[in-house]
Amino acid sequence: MKLTKTLLASTALTVAAGMANADGHMASEMTIVSWGGAYSNSQQQAYHNPYMEKTGVNIINDESSAEAVAKLRAMNEAGNVTWDVVDVVAADAIRLCDEGLAMEIDPDEHLAAAPDGTSAEDDFGDLLVSDCFIPQIVYSTTFGYRTDMVGDTPPTSVCAVFDTEAYPGKRALEKRPINNMEWALLCDGVAKEDVYDVLETDEGQQQALDKLATIKDDVIWWSAGADTPQLLADGEIVMGSTYNGRLFSVIEEQNQPVAMLWDAQVFDLDGWIIPAGLSDERKARALDYIYFATDTQRLADQAKYISYGPARASSAPLVSTHAELGIDMAPHMPTDPNNAKNTFLYNYEFWADYRDDIDAKFQAWLAQ
Amino acid sequence: MAALTPISRKPVSFYVPTVAAGGAVAGMFVGTAQGSTLLGIVGGALIMAAAAYVLTQIIKAETPGRWGLAILCAVAGFALGGLPAGLIGAAFGWFFGWFSFWLYEGRYRAYLAPYLTPGQVLWHYTFRVICGAILVFLITPIIVVMPLSFNAQDFFTFTPEMLRFDPAGYSIKHYEDFFTNSDWQGALANSVKIAPAATLLSVSFGTLAAIGLSQAHVPFRRAIMAILISPMIVPLIISAAGMYFFYSRIGLQGTYLGVVLAHAALGIPFVIITVTATLVGFDNSLTRAAANMGANPVTTFFRVQMPLILPGVISGGLFAFITSFDEVVVVLFVGSAGQKTLPWQMFTGLREQISPTILAVATILVIISIGLLTVVELLRRRSERLRGMSPG
Repeated sequence: MKLTKTLLASTALTVAAGMANADGHMASEMTIVSWGGAYSNSQQQAYHNPYMEKTGVNIINDESSAEAVAKLRAMNEAGNVTWDVVDVVAADAIRLCDEGLAMEIDPDEHLAAAPDGTSAEDDFGDLLVSDCFIPQIVYSTTFGYRTDMVGDTPPTSVCAVFDTEAYPGKRALEKRPINNMEWALLCDGVAKEDVYDVLETDEGQQQALDKLATIKDDVIWWSAGADTPQLLADGEIVMGSTYNGRLFSVIEEQNQPVAMLWDAQVFDLDGWIIPAGLSDERKARALDYIYFATDTQRLADQAKYISYGPARASSAPLVSTHAELGIDMAPHMPTDPNNAKNTFLYNYEFWADYRDDIDAKFQAWLAQ
Repeated sequence: MAALTPISRKPVSFYVPTVAAGGAVAGMFVGTAQGSTLLGIVGGALIMAAAAYVLTQIIKAETPGRWGLAILCAVAGFALGGLPAGLIGAAFGWFFGWFSFWLYEGRYRAYLAPYLTPGQVLWHYTFRVICGAILVFLITPIIVVMPLSFNAQDFFTFTPEMLRFDPAGYSIKHYEDFFTNSDWQGALANSVKIAPAATLLSVSFGTLAAIGLSQAHVPFRRAIMAILISPMIVPLIISAAGMYFFYSRIGLQGTYLGVVLAHAALGIPFVIITVTATLVGFDNSLTRAAANMGANPVTTFFRVQMPLILPGVISGGLFAFITSFDEVVVVLFVGSAGQKTLPWQMFTGLREQISPTILAVATILVIISIGLLTVVELLRRRSERLRGMSPG
């Protein structure tokens, strides 16, 4: 009797093990790097949990996206790449791709087609800004303001940031030139379509810094995405720029007296790269994960947990309600027509060419 | 303590201006909080000067006068800023009531030597006030964290509910989050695995090194000592980057063993320093006596030397433990996400999402650290007593 049981049990185990090994050419553990906080949580719910359930793979989360470029360089130099899939902003992806630290991906070969048969390349469209980059979300950097500190005339234009008479108080801006320079020129009378032409010139850069100088004493400079929400909740600032998902969380989840100022929001992309130099097993696993996690339904699912717009055109109609609050998510998307009346798209080419130069000027100006 | 000096009442022209100066300092804080520093200084000085005069010359009874002033200031504080300000006002009022009589009756001289000049008396108290102020500046940032960790909101903010002492403004949900969230529990488990292992290695190697280096016949003692102590002196980021590249090549990067070895290297200097200090008071004739009676060196070490230097070993071990438990730079380099420790989790948490769970963890860690340091201090006293250095 006992022997039979043992035999049965061991047979069952062998079968189970064999099934688990059915895709034995893939690694059974992977490290996925992302940003942490609510954003990682949305990926955990929308991608990681279903993928682990489907395949039995163990996913380890590393919250190091902020240092992704530096760390990938160090790993490459040390010949020890420990990450399998990395979540980075598009600008970092372009840099990593240029340096050969990220693997090139063919969208039509490695990514799922849309349910109606549209190829992945057409479904992502213009958002495929680099050969190594699979876009995941569209987010925007925009302003939030304290509704109880702006009186009876809430701001409707981004230029309210530069109007310290109508809206006295501190404002929070990111401690880097990107976005701030564009907003400064826009509010200094430069037409939107001319902004980058002006910013190419030394005089234009000086003009933007001069405009920023008019509010320099009222600015708190932030470097982490969590800073502005904290400052808004404290009432330390009257308005501040940050990522739209952070403001959604402050307004809808934390019920703070804050409202969005969508005017002149700057769209940017965030998505996956696969590091170059993975072993075949790990590469196969990473590609399998990417195929799963960037299909139409998965991208739409992520919007249940965070207010970032899915990068596929075919996902937009599938965006439903918030998983816990039950509110309709579409009006909170940066890409919603009501919010996207006046927008910028992060100018990857311009900033790739001018970033170092303008950054140096900006930091010198800050230190003055 | 018995009074050393007979005391006598002081003239109005002495204590009223002194109380006024104290009132100006208190008024500066109140005035800044209310929006006008200058008005606060002037107002505080005038109000407290008047209060001192009225209390000592008209009311003359200390206890009712002191309580009266406390209640008056409490009401004024309450009118300005609600319950918390009322409590602060009461404390101010009580203090200034006592301060006025203390100066008026000359009690401040009672416990000082009679031959001190007024300048020396002034310095005696100024010195204590400066020491107290330094203590306050060092401690306040740690104290502020504790009530904030009971915040009902998800921000580092003293909400109006908290300031009103409304129970709805407080919650233990951040502590619950710490004890139920798998990220935090995983980090805690890693810290609890890594720190004791690193401590054990540090203590073993550190103690052996200290004993060896305290022998007079070892060549290049100072140079070896300097190398062993260097992890304490070299900037951590440099050790960490070096370890990262070295451990990557030999396959230790991203393993528990790698993190434990790295932390052990950081902990060894603490053990060496404390054990070397204990060995200074160790009488080497004891080991010779043990050898004379037939004990081999290992027995001698465990039966004679070890019990005597144990306090130094333990306090060094505690420092090594705290080093590993609080360390974030090296583990960020040498570890991978699988070895994420508590400080690492706090670091990423602070950067990406300012959640008061970090404050809850910080409070818990502060309490653990206080406990460990208390143990170190008790051991130090015991070792001094054993060596006959203090009569206690």
